[in-house]
Amino acid sequence: MIKSIKTWILVGFASLLLVACGQGGGGAGSKKSKTLDNTKKAGFVKCGVSQGLPGFSNADEAGNWTGIDVDVCRAVAAAVLGDADKVKYTPLSAKERFTALTSGEIDVLARNTTWTLSRDADIGLTFVGVNFYDGQGFMVRKASGINSVNDFKNGISACTNTGTTTELNMRDFFNSKNISYEPIAFEKADEVVQAYDAGRCDTYTTDKSGLAAQRTKLSNPDEHKVLPETISKEPLGPVVRQGDSVWEDIVRWSLNTMIEAEEYGVNSSNASSLKDSDNPAIKRLVGAEGELGAAFGLDNDWSLRIIEQVGNYGESYKKHIADTGILPNRGPNELWTKGGILYVPPAR
Amino acid sequence: MNFKNLKLNLSNKNKDLIPQILTVVFLIIIVIYFTINAQSNMGNRGISFGFGFLSQESSFDITFSLIDYDGSHSYARAFLVGLLNTILVSAIGIFFATILGVTIGIARLSQNYLVAKSAEWYVEIFRNIPLILQIFFWYFAALRALPLTVDSINFYDISFLNVKGWYVPKFVWTNFSLFIYSIIFTFILIYFLAKYAQKQRDKFGKQIPTFYISILLIIGLPFLTFLIGGVSLSFEIPELTQLSKTVYVYRGGVSIIPELISLALALSMYTATFIAENVRAGILGVSKGQKEAAASIGLTKGQILKLVVMPQALRIIIPPTTNQYLNLTKNSSLAAAIAYPDIVLVFAGTALMQTGRAIEIISITMLTYLSLSLSISVFMNWYNKKMAIKEK
Repeated sequence: MIKSIKTWILVGFASLLLVACGQGGGGAGSKKSKTLDNTKKAGFVKCGVSQGLPGFSNADEAGNWTGIDVDVCRAVAAAVLGDADKVKYTPLSAKERFTALTSGEIDVLARNTTWTLSRDADIGLTFVGVNFYDGQGFMVRKASGINSVNDFKNGISACTNTGTTTELNMRDFFNSKNISYEPIAFEKADEVVQAYDAGRCDTYTTDKSGLAAQRTKLSNPDEHKVLPETISKEPLGPVVRQGDSVWEDIVRWSLNTMIEAEEYGVNSSNASSLKDSDNPAIKRLVGAEGELGAAFGLDNDWSLRIIEQVGNYGESYKKHIADTGILPNRGPNELWTKGGILYVPPAR
Repeated sequence: MNFKNLKLNLSNKNKDLIPQILTVVFLIIIVIYFTINAQSNMGNRGISFGFGFLSQESSFDITFSLIDYDGSHSYARAFLVGLLNTILVSAIGIFFATILGVTIGIARLSQNYLVAKSAEWYVEIFRNIPLILQIFFWYFAALRALPLTVDSINFYDISFLNVKGWYVPKFVWTNFSLFIYSIIFTFILIYFLAKYAQKQRDKFGKQIPTFYISILLIIGLPFLTFLIGGVSLSFEIPELTQLSKTVYVYRGGVSIIPELISLALALSMYTATFIAENVRAGILGVSKGQKEAAASIGLTKGQILKLVVMPQALRIIIPPTTNQYLNLTKNSSLAAAIAYPDIVLVFAGTALMQTGRAIEIISITMLTYLSLSLSISVFMNWYNKKMAIKEK
């Protein structure tokens, strides 16, 4: 009996550690990028996405992924491999996402993930930028007579997703208001929607973009509304493994290129005709001037391919978020020149 | 003792021993290899390893907890909350699965066609549908079927059932410890009574109605503490409170959340089918001759079942039923799907995500399930040994 227990423990540990043994990571500080080499060898970018969040990453019936998070991966594929379609998508739950990245199952995590200090510093991850500025809000039934978060009272029940920053924000919020509440946290967003729809909870709280997207899945979307208040900062952005700074730069500047392209009015239809533009910034963007790609070990047309194949940030937002009716108004996700907070360092 | 013989024995032993030692050494080398590999991989990726996070503030709340908990407590405390919730739903599940399983198992052997067929249908339906679907069914079906808080199903104005849970009165005790002591004392008394009764029966063939006396004691003694011990009990009845135009909630009393109810229901209904089959197999496994022999020496039907059939049937029933108890405990980890805060949802879910310490948390969770299962195993093996026929 004792011996068999020991064997079991040994076998348990061995298989556990196997999980940790994925593939070798990129050597820290080296100029060459192991991730880049592996990606070129494999012929596709390994991209982690959500299990289905309209506007961000969502698969249609044919299995084609679309959304602004998906576009980040497509941009990386266009830059590195020359073809935006060469992406392998791995749908991940909130729980799996970081382990999948650190173990090397995916190389880019573009899954509406909030950039926080502890995630960035503690668990072997590096956030490369922000592709959507979000904030947590509450959805309630219109008939409930609740018009603001100030109408919440002791005993209210709130549904949300487990393992996200929303769970922590919710607690901070209700504590600061001194309201006792019943938190009900589900693993999958679909179950939160069902439970809220059935009346299990009085309010549904998550990022406002998520609320807008999930509202469409309710049986009567018109009977629900999102309260005006935003209770947290949720800068969502792509994440890479710590320790491969070249790969990190590639992903960061793929995203930055999309935003910078919008700023200079370069889009998928006019990009190639702007090669002889008078503006040197535009010329750099379309690869007609400078040797920017060489810094990552890419050719000079990497940014042109991103703009041509994926489009600039504004095109991506319009296609996936605005035209689908999720959030027609860009709010903070507007360029800094137009009153938003999208501001990226210059590509030069 | 013959010296030559001893030597021979030793060398035989060695023959057995060497492959075993080799296997153990091999396993140890594998474990060391994986540990070093994991460490270097984690080091490369800047992941630290350690259990220090357990004492950090968890900063998330949990719906349902048996002990005092909120987000200002530590991750270790959150782990304990999850563990207790797992034990709670497993215990409830095992209790009802056993009752239901034994009933259905006996019903399948009934002479009554309708009873036997219904039991058979029950078994065939519930054991052949995946458990996770049954859990979803009970949860979402129940949520859809139950009324909103304001039109709760009312049980005599003291208990209310609605989509947010089942609200029951809370017991408010004074001198509760005295009441508990009286119950413990009663059980000790019953133990000695049973011993005495057995002695009387063995020595003088006298039958003492132990069962009825025990019931009398269990009701009588604690009741006495109410009359003369100053123990009293009052009830806190849940009260409907309006939060906004259409939002209502019950305050006070005890709330049993729908997640717990549906999970316990699904687990016990599913596992009961397997226990029912074990019970049926056990009873059929006792040969007919035993019953006939018992009848021929004048035992009544009840005595035959209690003294001849059941002791032998239990021998067959207990080991596979232990498996079912273990399965039920492990299956309770499906709780995460419907937001019942068990150890998987709270610790291997939320805590894992907040800290990112996958290896530490998953190994703690695995070891916890292992210890839970081994405890059940040890208890059931003890019980099995006690019930086994002692060969004389």
